[in-house]
Amino acid sequence: MKVLNKKNILTLIIILIIYAIVQVLLTNGIISSFYEITIATICINIILAVSLNLVTGFTGQFSLGHAGFMSIGAYAGALVNMEMNSNMGFLAGIAAGAVAALIVGILIGIPTLRLKGDYLAIATLGMAEIIRVLFLNMDDITNGAAGLFGIPRFTNWTWLYIFTVLTLIMIDNFIKSSQGRACISIREDEIAAESMGINTTKYKVMAFAVGAFFAGIAGALYSSYFYFINPTMFGFQKSIDILVIVVFGGLGSITGSVIAAIVLAVITTILQSYSELRMIIYALLLISIMLFRPQGLLGTKEITDFFKFGNKSAKVE
Amino acid sequence: MLTWFYSYMRRCDLEQFSQQIVNGISLGSIYALVALGYTMVYGIIKLINFAHGDVYMVGAYVGFAVTTFAGIGFIPALITSMAACAILGMTIEKVAYKPLRNSTRIAVLITAIGVSLLLEYGMMYFVGAQVRSYPKLLSEEVLTIGSVIIKMQQIYIVITVLVLMVILQYVVKRTKVGKAMRAVSADKDAAQLMGIKIDNTISFTFAIGSALAGAGGVLVGIYYNSIDPLMGTMPGLKAFVAAVFGGIGSIPGAMIGGLSIGMLETFVAGYGSSKLRDAAVFAFLIFVLLLKPSGLLGRDTKEKV
Repeated sequence: MKVLNKKNILTLIIILIIYAIVQVLLTNGIISSFYEITIATICINIILAVSLNLVTGFTGQFSLGHAGFMSIGAYAGALVNMEMNSNMGFLAGIAAGAVAALIVGILIGIPTLRLKGDYLAIATLGMAEIIRVLFLNMDDITNGAAGLFGIPRFTNWTWLYIFTVLTLIMIDNFIKSSQGRACISIREDEIAAESMGINTTKYKVMAFAVGAFFAGIAGALYSSYFYFINPTMFGFQKSIDILVIVVFGGLGSITGSVIAAIVLAVITTILQSYSELRMIIYALLLISIMLFRPQGLLGTKEITDFFKFGNKSAKVE
Repeated sequence: MLTWFYSYMRRCDLEQFSQQIVNGISLGSIYALVALGYTMVYGIIKLINFAHGDVYMVGAYVGFAVTTFAGIGFIPALITSMAACAILGMTIEKVAYKPLRNSTRIAVLITAIGVSLLLEYGMMYFVGAQVRSYPKLLSEEVLTIGSVIIKMQQIYIVITVLVLMVILQYVVKRTKVGKAMRAVSADKDAAQLMGIKIDNTISFTFAIGSALAGAGGVLVGIYYNSIDPLMGTMPGLKAFVAAVFGGIGSIPGAMIGGLSIGMLETFVAGYGSSKLRDAAVFAFLIFVLLLKPSGLLGRDTKEKV
């Protein structure tokens, strides 16, 4: 297959158009700095949700500890970034965050992925809590509960967009590779997959590690955008927030996660001024979505499946 | 093991050790109450009821309200709070979980999380986010044995928990509805074929579990002397850990699990660092899951093709 076929060129054009539109809106001040935060949140949440979707939606391994990997990326990124304080340092921080999260992901994945279903969920939740408490107690490195302040801000719309698009393309390609199909087969029926000669542990750990890697990137971007981080930001609630995006968009739908991340961020921004009422509306929304559409917005379909152009699996990110 | 234990005892004197045991038992018995609700609900519909910790929070607030504004004593407050929570639990089940009986478990789990958020922030909206100090319902007296301090409160808490557990054992083992509960958790379809009303049984399970959580809420309010709308999250998770440790679905398991987690927490806080106690509980959970995923008293389930 040619790299520059019609589909890929079209995708590229759309990617550039979206970038250009937002860039123009930002430079002209049509999107104020208040809404710029919403855009940053959307991009970071897309990376988090899509990487969790790989683990939970495509591989079927229920993880409640995604914020743990994000926090590792955030701390590693912030520490490198504060040390070097340059654009190179920012990129090195992202690399450090991603690699650190990847390593921890593999280390955590190997023992815990033997567990199934709810037990795995609780084990991953526990792992994330342990990571959080460790950050809380490593006073000399992480400054404990107060967190790290004054992280230089290098994250901007361009970097966010580049990393979001890279994440989407890479995870999409992973899912369409033979490894990705192995992961999907584990979701569909683990025993059947195993009897077809798929090393289920290997692919589960692989999906988990890839998910952790991208969560690490998201964490590093987050720390460099919001100036400061502390362990409480990456608690159980954060993992739930990410999971909600994934389930809302549809387990096993990348475009679903993207849409859900955008919709939920917009809802949160609109409800910003209502404080407590905001969370009540959010909770009610969550319950009603689950009651009326338990498979999420798109189920396992992609948005492109609804427009039949070209190849059925064609996708526009 | 024993020699290690003795040398350990000699190093950190016996009194402090006994003090930790006393604190551990009283905290652990409250965890056990909450864990029972988790284990019963999980046993019957295979759902980690994330809202359970918040039912416990509501229980604490109901107890607070009736004692502060109606001025009633400990036992009536406990009963009111249990009744209110039983109704709340049944309502949650009817409205949020029952329509999803046949959908994926993750959908129900997300709904449970939604209910949990709704209860937390609903409560915050109505009563405010501030921490409130709980009325002193139980005697403030202190018993001193050697240098071990036992508060009368702690004794009352343990007695209350024991009484509730005896009642629960009686209901589950000796009554018709208890038999139905056991039947449904063993095999739902077979139970239905035998003429057991599944829906009623599940409602009843939620009612009992939530009532116990309500009692736990009142007791913890008295024990820690403070309540707030987010108080349910952490103890809820820990009670779940207790349920998993004891073997999910097993009632005696939840009691043993609750006591163990309570002990572990007080010992880590007493001898190590109080900041590390949450991590210790979760590390313990992962350890248990890896060694014996079905828990201490849980049944092993075989994978069927």
